[in-house]
Formats: sequence, C-alpha cells, structure tokens
Amino acid sequence: MIVKRKALSFWERLYLPALLSGLKVTIGHFFRKSVTMQYPEEKWVVPEGYRGAPYLVKDQEDRTKCVSCQLCEFVCPPKAIMITPPGPASAPETGNVEKAPLEFEINMLRCIFCGYCQEVCPEEAIFLMKDYSLTGTSRAEMIYDKEKLLALGGVHQDSIQKWKRKQDEAEIQGVGAHPVVNHGSTDK
Amino acid sequence: MPSASQNETEPSVPPPNTISLKVNGRDVSVSKTFQDPVSKCPIPTTMIQACSVAGIEVPHYCYHPKLSVAGNCRMCLVEFGTPAMGPDRKPILNPDGSFRITKSPRPAIACATPVSPGMEIYTDTPGVKQMRESVLEFLLINHPLDCPICDQAGECKLQEYSVEFGQANSRFVEKKVHKPKQVDLGPRIMLDDERCILCTRCIRFSRDLAGDDALGIVNRGSYNTLSNFPGKPFDNNYTLNTADICPVGALTSKDFRFQMRVWFLKETKSLCTSCGTGCNILIGSREDKVFRYVPRENDDVNSCWMCDEGRLNYKWIGRGDRLDSVVVRRKNKKIETTGWSSVLTEISQHLTSAPKGSVSIIASARQTNEEFLLLAALAKQCEALTDTIPRTGPGDNFLVSPDQNPNTMGARLTGFAKGIPGENLQAIAEGVRIGKIKTLIVFGEDVTEHGIDADAVAKLDALIVSDILPNATTKLADFLLPGCAHAEKRGTFTNVKGRVQKFMKAVEPPGDARPEWEFLHDLLSKLSGKTDCSTIESLFNQLAENVPSMKGLTWASLGDSGVTVSIEPD
Repeated sequence: MIVKRKALSFWERLYLPALLSGLKVTIGHFFRKSVTMQYPEEKWVVPEGYRGAPYLVKDQEDRTKCVSCQLCEFVCPPKAIMITPPGPASAPETGNVEKAPLEFEINMLRCIFCGYCQEVCPEEAIFLMKDYSLTGTSRAEMIYDKEKLLALGGVHQDSIQKWKRKQDEAEIQGVGAHPVVNHGSTDK
Repeated sequence: MPSASQNETEPSVPPPNTISLKVNGRDVSVSKTFQDPVSKCPIPTTMIQACSVAGIEVPHYCYHPKLSVAGNCRMCLVEFGTPAMGPDRKPILNPDGSFRITKSPRPAIACATPVSPGMEIYTDTPGVKQMRESVLEFLLINHPLDCPICDQAGECKLQEYSVEFGQANSRFVEKKVHKPKQVDLGPRIMLDDERCILCTRCIRFSRDLAGDDALGIVNRGSYNTLSNFPGKPFDNNYTLNTADICPVGALTSKDFRFQMRVWFLKETKSLCTSCGTGCNILIGSREDKVFRYVPRENDDVNSCWMCDEGRLNYKWIGRGDRLDSVVVRRKNKKIETTGWSSVLTEISQHLTSAPKGSVSIIASARQTNEEFLLLAALAKQCEALTDTIPRTGPGDNFLVSPDQNPNTMGARLTGFAKGIPGENLQAIAEGVRIGKIKTLIVFGEDVTEHGIDADAVAKLDALIVSDILPNATTKLADFLLPGCAHAEKRGTFTNVKGRVQKFMKAVEPPGDARPEWEFLHDLLSKLSGKTDCSTIESLFNQLAENVPSMKGLTWASLGDSGVTVSIEPD
C-alpha cells in the first residue's frame, strides 16, 4: 500500500517555528525541580511494602530468631535458600533456645524476591528489606551466609520474645528447664 | 490385623469363628479373636480392628497394633449400638427381619472394646466429631505448640489429627504447665516432657517387647511426667524404636535430632546389613546423603522394629575416605589411576592366562545374591577355590542374629560357599604361602586379618580387590576396584531364615565406584564372550533358574517384603 505524503503548509515549511517550540520545552525543564538522582551516592527510597532482599533478624536480646525449621527452604520457588540445621551437639550455652541454624545461605542470584519466605516464617525471623541493588564480583560472593544476612538484617523489635517468655514461665513454675536434666545417663 | 473372612453372600450362616457387624452401615465380618502381639495368646477382636477391616481409620495415639492395649488417650472414642434382646434372650427383630439396635448411651474406646455379633459402630456422627475435638483440646492444653522447632513435625500424629479433627483456635488462656525439656534419657534418646501426651507406647514397648522395664510415669495430674528410673539409663539395644512409635515429638533420636526435616527426606526401601536377620528399612536420604534408617514393617521378618546398632550403622556410607577410583599398582610400584574398561580388559587377560586352579576368591558375605551368582560363575571359569569370612556376634532373642553377615545364606544357596563359612580359608592361606595360588580375588574383606599377610601377598602374581573403604588389603592390591554400599545399588539378600528380599538404590556412589554386579558382569562377558543379563532384574531371574530352592521366583514377584525359600541343603 502506498501512503500519500501529506503536503506541508507554508508555516511548516518555514522549519524554524517547530525548532523553537522544541527548544521551549527544553528550556522549560531548566527551571523545573530536578528528578535525576546522583546514584549511587544518592539512593532512591523505596515505598512501603517494597520487596527487596530477604535478610535474617535478631531479637532485642541478640538471639537469632531463626529456629531452622526449614519452611522457607521448602517454600522457596527458585530454591535459593539452603539451611544446615544444627547437629545433635547444638550449643548448650544459648540458654533455652533449642534450635538455631548452623548455616543459612541465600543465593541472591537465584532469589526472585517473592516474599514467600517471609510469609511462611513462623518465627518472624526473615524479612524482605528494602535493598534492591545487590552487587558482587563473583557468583560465590552473591551467596549470602548467615553472618552476612544477620548483619544486614539487624534487630527486629519483637513483641513476643518467645524464648524469654518460656524461660520466665518455667522459672516461675520452678522447672529447671535448662540446662539439660540428666537422669543418670552414663554414656554421653 | 486379623484377616477378615469375606462372607457377604450368606450373612445368615457365619462361620463359627467370625463375627458379622456393621461399621458406618457397612457390613464387615471379622474373626472372633486375634493373636495378642505380646503374649501370643488369642484375645477378642476389638472395634478399632473391625473399623480397619472396613477401611475406616479411627484416630488413635496410645493404640499400636504391635503393642498391648492401654486405652488411655481416648482419641479413638466411637459410638456404637448392639442388638436389643427380648426377655427370652433372643434378639428383637425389626419388621424387615434385621436386628433392632439399641444405641449405647455412652461412647466406647474402639481400641479396647471387643466386638460382638450384630454390633453397629458409628465413627462419623456429630457426637464422635465433638469428642475427638474435645480430646484434642485437652491434649493440647499443656502442649508447647512449637512445631517449627519440634523434630517430629511432618510425621506427628498430633499435628495431623489437629488439622483433621481439631479446632482452629485455642481457648486456653491460663499459663501452660512447664515440664523438663531436653532430658537425657539414655545414650541415644532425648526426651522432651512438655511434648509428651502420656500415651505410654514407649513404656509398653520397652517392658513387653524389649524386655527392659526402664520407663514409667511419675507425678500426678497435669504434672504427669515420663521418666526413667534415677540412675538407670535407658540404654537397651532397642531404645530408638520408642522414638519411632512416639506419636509426638517427645522421644527423639539424638543421632537424627535436628539433622534434617523429614519432609525433605527421600525414602528408599532397603534392608539393614548389620546382621543376618535382614530387617526391612527405609533409608531417609537427601541430596545423596543418608540421614537415617527407620524400620519398615514386615511381619515375617522384623515386625515394626529394628535394633539401635543396625539403625545407626550408616555413617560409613558417606565417609570421606571412600574408595572412589580404579587403581592399578604395577610391579615397579608405580600407581596408576585408570578407567573401568581398561582395567577389566587387563584383569580378564590375566585370568585367561592364569593356570587352572591357581586362582582363589574370598568374598564377603555382605555381597548380594546376584554378585554371588556372578562370583560363582567366575570361580567355575577359573576353577577357583572360594570362601566367605564368617563374622559372628552374641545375638539376642529378639531381632539380632548371631551371624553378623547379611547374606551368608545367599553365598551358600548360590553355590559360592557351599560349606561352613570359613572352612576353606586355611587352605587358601596355605596355597598362597606355598605359591600354589598365584591370583587372589578379594571382595569386601581385609584378608590380612585372616592369615594372608603382606609377605604372603608379595608371592602372588595379582591381588584383585574390590572394596568400599580402605583397609590393609586394599593398600596391597594390584587391581583396586571401588565398589558400592548397599544403599548405592540394587540387589537381593537372603537372610538366615531363607527370606529372599530386595533392596533399592538410595544414593549415588562416590566418584568412579560402580556396583559390583555391574563390573563382575562386564568381566565375565569379557572372559566368556557372553553378554546376557545386563540388568539386575534379569540377573535375579537367572539366579532363580540356577538355584533349586528359588525356582520360579522373579524380581517382580519378590515384592517389597520378600519371599521365604527352603534352606535345606539339597
């Protein structure tokens, strides 16, 4: 099909008026508020509810909230989370905290920021924070380990404080819940 | 479970030893008695068994088909009715000729109430539903509800029934009673008293079946606590079965505790190889790592149980020093790592050139039936003297057999070692020493501990060794062929009572290691030129043809629980 070219009017054929109207827009922008950010020195503050990188949190008493129930590992669609639960010799010095992860890795290259881990967590131990620009110079660097995740996650102001409450209740009832009650096992 | 003799065509004339009744309106007939799992005496059939025959599962905690009945959890409450009796002690009939049923005003626990003729059991009435809900509410009153931490989560009856029969919300606002946690009951068992629902399964198992009356309940009311006797650890050889039968997360295995959530584990049907009993097991593995063994029910072998020693004997499978490459040690002490096809060609050339009678084979009675068939064929080809190495232990009168090899019977039935295990060992050692035997083939044993030391080995032309873990013999081997653990291959074992059972592959072998039957088959086909039976199924079917007592068996017909064959010497 051949489209017939529309004939230009005299005013249009003058060329300069169109150029000037374009320049008007350009000059107008000089006097508006700037929308450009000096990234990365200046960073965009994401809105509430934004799903950024998932990190682990601690409670006010510096306890790792994660109990390595592995539900996030189970629910994670791209299988980005890998948890090594504690062995039987899990540290007795952690008070009445029965279980915590020995290692907790999130492969941020795999993570799709869906938020299922936060949704499934029964302990409120993992949150999608507002970090959106995750960079690294190698694949290995993009696998965040427990230390890194906890450092990035910070402290969660926990209103329940499960372990503390359990300890207090047990103490009031005079049950020496911890340390391990030994009923005379000889072989340890 | 008593076998129901189906008799639905003529309900008017039931056989004398069966009882006809109705479960939720469905006619079933069950035998009057069944064998008590503990005393082995006949005892009356109960409602829970009748329901099970009718295909209806009644939720239960304390009841276990292999234990005595306690009737304390009340979870199996059902409603029922019995035929109304006239003054003449004859059932009153409805106009249509059926029994007139009087519904019992009270419910009854299905696990401990015997069935009677004409009885009607109702398990789906609003009353039953309400009772289950209330029983669960009581059980959960002092339960910590910490499923994320609890090791039982995923295989917990409390979790399952709460979802199925419980109510969504707790009405309990008071403080929960706290009980001791992380109680060290014994070397292998950890107890959490807060999670215990006091079903006493563990107490009954230890007392009645393991013969070690070690556990009991102390304190009263809501302070009821499971405990062992002070100063007496719970350390018999069957303690870990209590962790299996514990319906909640109170008793846990120290070995498996917190290692892996159960829903990640792949379950593979396999066999325990720690003794000649051949307990049926499930291997729980994830990403080629074995995490645990649990017993698999087989009433002809191990019922629902297995010993702790066998259960914990799995750690060597993933050990770091596993043999994982084919190694050839040249006469000039040069060590070469090579591939399977070149090493098998070299071995077959060596065996072809070896004079008849100068070859001897010592194989472990831990090899499978199929491997023994191939080894016997190899021995016939080379006219070799063969033997296995006996391994005996104390045994007990429950499950552990004095024969600690899993397949001594297989070695005998396949004709690899027909006589008493170990009877030819002296002759082989002597033959090696005087230089009569120039080639020694060893499968899965350390012969340096059985009279063939390094000096004797030095006199050999070739020492061909296949093994899983390094030992003194593998260090001396001229040809070292890395083999597979039972969890890494398929095959069959024959237990001490002649039960032929198959096992499946759970994990991948490390490195270049290959199942022994595979490379034995390749070696034999190089030697004889025949290439039949290249699969484990066809190999087993060939085995069944060759062994008189296994005539007619096929890989498929073995099923999951195996078949018992005659072990009488032919």
